[in-house]
Amino acid sequence: MADLLFAAGALVLLICGAGLAALWRGEGDIDRMLAFQLLGSGAIAVLLLIAPAMSEPALLDAALLTALLAALAACAYRAALGGRTPPAPDAPERQP
Amino acid sequence: MSLLLDAVTLLLVSAGVLFFAAGTLGLLRLPDPLTRIHALTKADNVGLALIVLGLLPQAGSVMAGVKMIAVWALAQIASGAVSQVLAEAATLEAQIEATAREKRP
Repeated sequence: MADLLFAAGALVLLICGAGLAALWRGEGDIDRMLAFQLLGSGAIAVLLLIAPAMSEPALLDAALLTALLAALAACAYRAALGGRTPPAPDAPERQP
Repeated sequence: MSLLLDAVTLLLVSAGVLFFAAGTLGLLRLPDPLTRIHALTKADNVGLALIVLGLLPQAGSVMAGVKMIAVWALAQIASGAVSQVLAEAATLEAQIEATAREKRP
């Protein structure tokens, strides 16, 4: 059972690697942040998968911390954009 | 009995990994940042929930199981907030690009 969990963890890592292709090709900063969020939740999944496989409960704390840091990274990105809040959603004809 | 639990774990974990793949496919294929945010947070959370559900019988102790559910709950709440934050950042960025394009002749 443990090696099956390791295999699932490896698969999730592969999926995160594919997600990083979006980071490499990313058109804007927002796409890079999204790829980072995918990496964050992928890391949580991998840590959760290998915790019972290695019967190491400390990995669950690492997963908890990763979840927290991923959320804070997104908030830091938004804070870096400055205090301007976008106006009320007007007609969506303004396509970027 | 433990064979049944292992089978349940395998089933749920593979379903979770499938949802992760769907989230990544959404991130790579969808054209607009806002749709990507939607696809990413939804698919990843369902994937994480299935993985945690699948891993509960494998958890060493009850405490480890409770901690897994706590990780999933934090990821759930965090991704709700993160999607709002990133959506606002996306509209702000589009706005900045629009004003920058207007300034150029």
